[in-house]
Amino acid sequence: MAKKPVQFTLNGSEKATFVEEGQNLLDVLRRGVGDLTPKYGCAQGTCGACTVLIDGEPHLSCLTLAETVEGRSVATVAGLENGAALHPLQEAFMRNFAAQCGYCTPGMLMAAKALLERNPRPTREEVVEAISGNICRCTGYEAIIAAILEAAGSGSAASKGRG
Amino acid sequence: MSIEFRKELFADERDDNLNEIGKPTQRQDMVGHVTGRSPFYDDHLFEGLLHMRCVRSPHHHARIRSIDVSAAASMPGVKRVVLGKDVPRNLNTLLSLLDFGLDDEPLISERKVSYKGEPVAVVIAESEHAARDAVAKVRVDWEVLPHVLDVEEAIVPNAPTVNETYPGNCFIYHGKYTHQKLRYGDVDAAFAQADHVIEGRYQMSPIEQAPTETCGAIAAPENNNRYVCYTSTQALFFSLGTAAKLLDVASNRLHFIGGTVGGGFGGKVDSLHEPMAILGSMLTGRPCKYMFDRAEEMQVGAPRGAERWYVTDGVMNDGRLVARKFVGYFDSGAYTRLSSYAIIKAVGHLPGPYTIPNVYADVYCVFTNRTPATAMRGFGITGVDFAIEAHMDKVAEQIGMDPIEFRILNSYRDGDMKAHRRLAKNTALIECCQVAAEKAKWSLSDQAKRQNSLTGGGGERAQLPNFTKTDENGRVEGFSTGSYAQKNKPGAPAQPPQPNYQPQPAPRPSAPPPAPPTAPPPQTPAAPPPIPRPTTQVQDPFSAPTPTPPNPPQPPAAPPGGAPRRTTRFSSISGLRRR
Repeated sequence: MAKKPVQFTLNGSEKATFVEEGQNLLDVLRRGVGDLTPKYGCAQGTCGACTVLIDGEPHLSCLTLAETVEGRSVATVAGLENGAALHPLQEAFMRNFAAQCGYCTPGMLMAAKALLERNPRPTREEVVEAISGNICRCTGYEAIIAAILEAAGSGSAASKGRG
Repeated sequence: MSIEFRKELFADERDDNLNEIGKPTQRQDMVGHVTGRSPFYDDHLFEGLLHMRCVRSPHHHARIRSIDVSAAASMPGVKRVVLGKDVPRNLNTLLSLLDFGLDDEPLISERKVSYKGEPVAVVIAESEHAARDAVAKVRVDWEVLPHVLDVEEAIVPNAPTVNETYPGNCFIYHGKYTHQKLRYGDVDAAFAQADHVIEGRYQMSPIEQAPTETCGAIAAPENNNRYVCYTSTQALFFSLGTAAKLLDVASNRLHFIGGTVGGGFGGKVDSLHEPMAILGSMLTGRPCKYMFDRAEEMQVGAPRGAERWYVTDGVMNDGRLVARKFVGYFDSGAYTRLSSYAIIKAVGHLPGPYTIPNVYADVYCVFTNRTPATAMRGFGITGVDFAIEAHMDKVAEQIGMDPIEFRILNSYRDGDMKAHRRLAKNTALIECCQVAAEKAKWSLSDQAKRQNSLTGGGGERAQLPNFTKTDENGRVEGFSTGSYAQKNKPGAPAQPPQPNYQPQPAPRPSAPPPAPPTAPPPQTPAAPPPIPRPTTQVQDPFSAPTPTPPNPPQPPAAPPGGAPRRTTRFSSISGLRRR
């Protein structure tokens, strides 16, 4: 199968790799460049576990053709931390017990980050809407909603972290 | 996060030096979760990883005439097509590790399939795409067989045999019976004396656990002739033992790494992926991954099985339950997996959190041409609790009683004898009812508010019934009683290779409630005494005498058909643990 070179920025670092025709971004992130934080849940765009930011907007990497990120900026949970310090969203998720199995958490965090970047003071309804594409089978969502609201209250959630 | 901590309940029973309860403690894996660094099985990268995809049955029930893999095997990227004959020991049942049940399920089916999605061949290829393409090229010549999808239709004579190990489509309990029995007192005599006999039928649906991470495993050759296996299993040593058995290798040649599970809820105990991935690795010498995609997780992944329950209650005008009878059917799907065990648990739980002097249950683990069922969050209990509580509401309505007062009246209390012949302790149903009523602003009588679980139990309520009616319904031959559902073991009496019995139609409550008898039922000398009946309207049902026989309890009779058992039994799931 023909391979195609793709260059993009991942969490602020330049990446160059070859992708197959039809290969999705999730696969390229995980197997191609070794960022294992986006998760495979359904490969059909229903669970949100693979959510990443492309130029700041949330996208389902399982439904994104890898070649379409040429020249663009991709952000994952691997870039959320600022050095050794956790991002306020990560800290709020910890404080609120907003993860149990942890499998949906990377996607939730990226959906939440996208929300707070465009809307630093969301209402509860806006938080619910923002994570409505992310399925969590463990927590019942309440702890996640509380964590995102708490991070928004801290006022710095949208500005910290790279990517 | 604030946690409501109701110290006032049982406050005098509890040590107040509670150092942990009520204080949130951070999970040790939380940093890994919020940084995305928690190591799920699929987060382990292997150079040269091969991918496994199954050829699955499109039919509920079919014989395999032949499988032609030649076209698939020559596809680009295909390393190997694996068939059932490649599995060293291609028959297993999960609970054989606990000596419970007969091996009844192949890892890869060779002769027939008994559910839609059952694997009959596995392609190992360089990429998932190549494996999928090759799966489509495998040609299976099917002889479609009649199928059965309903639990009660599956156990009538001449129903299609789903699972050849159990020709009557019922798991065999204790080597003797088509069902698990519970006999406590005499429900028929109590029904005859009850003011009302009220029946209900309750049907659950199968429920998929739907973890966000689908089930899977990666295996790879390791040093010293071992294989490492990264897995999503919820039951690491269970999966290790199952893989060692199916692959016929010593378990110390398998190095299992797991513990980080992307949601399980019971659906990741079936140990299907680990032996398959290790087998692939053994056959190719390369790292192999076998995982469900989402469609497989939903169609083939074992759900919480459906249950059907018939519940019949005998109840007095004042609301006292005097008898409760269950006939239950667990839909195990095509193979046993864990449904046999779920029934042991269910029957131990009956009649729910109530003290009822006469209890009866026949519960069947039925094989149908559906996806095999397995564990899910309280399985064995959740379904029958739905039936019990729906029935409690129905009975309360029919006798014109408040449903919460009806529950408090019949609630078990500390010291009461349960139908599984253990004394109840740490009971709290009454308090739960009171708190629920308070939260719902549901008014309760002062009498009901004064009740509690710590008092009023025990005494006569701690006694076993002095007569328990037993029977040999559903008795089968051909299975040794020496061990659970063992058939034709060395040392067991010689038996034909296939038990040739026609299952009896299961006892099933008739549609309308039985009419009250016009004459008193015949009494045997050992029959229970009449249920105490108030001669006047009872003002305070809570203080009504409990319908416990006045005689001191007799020592329990020896179990019928008590051939001496040959092996020591350690498992508490049997309900017959040696003491």
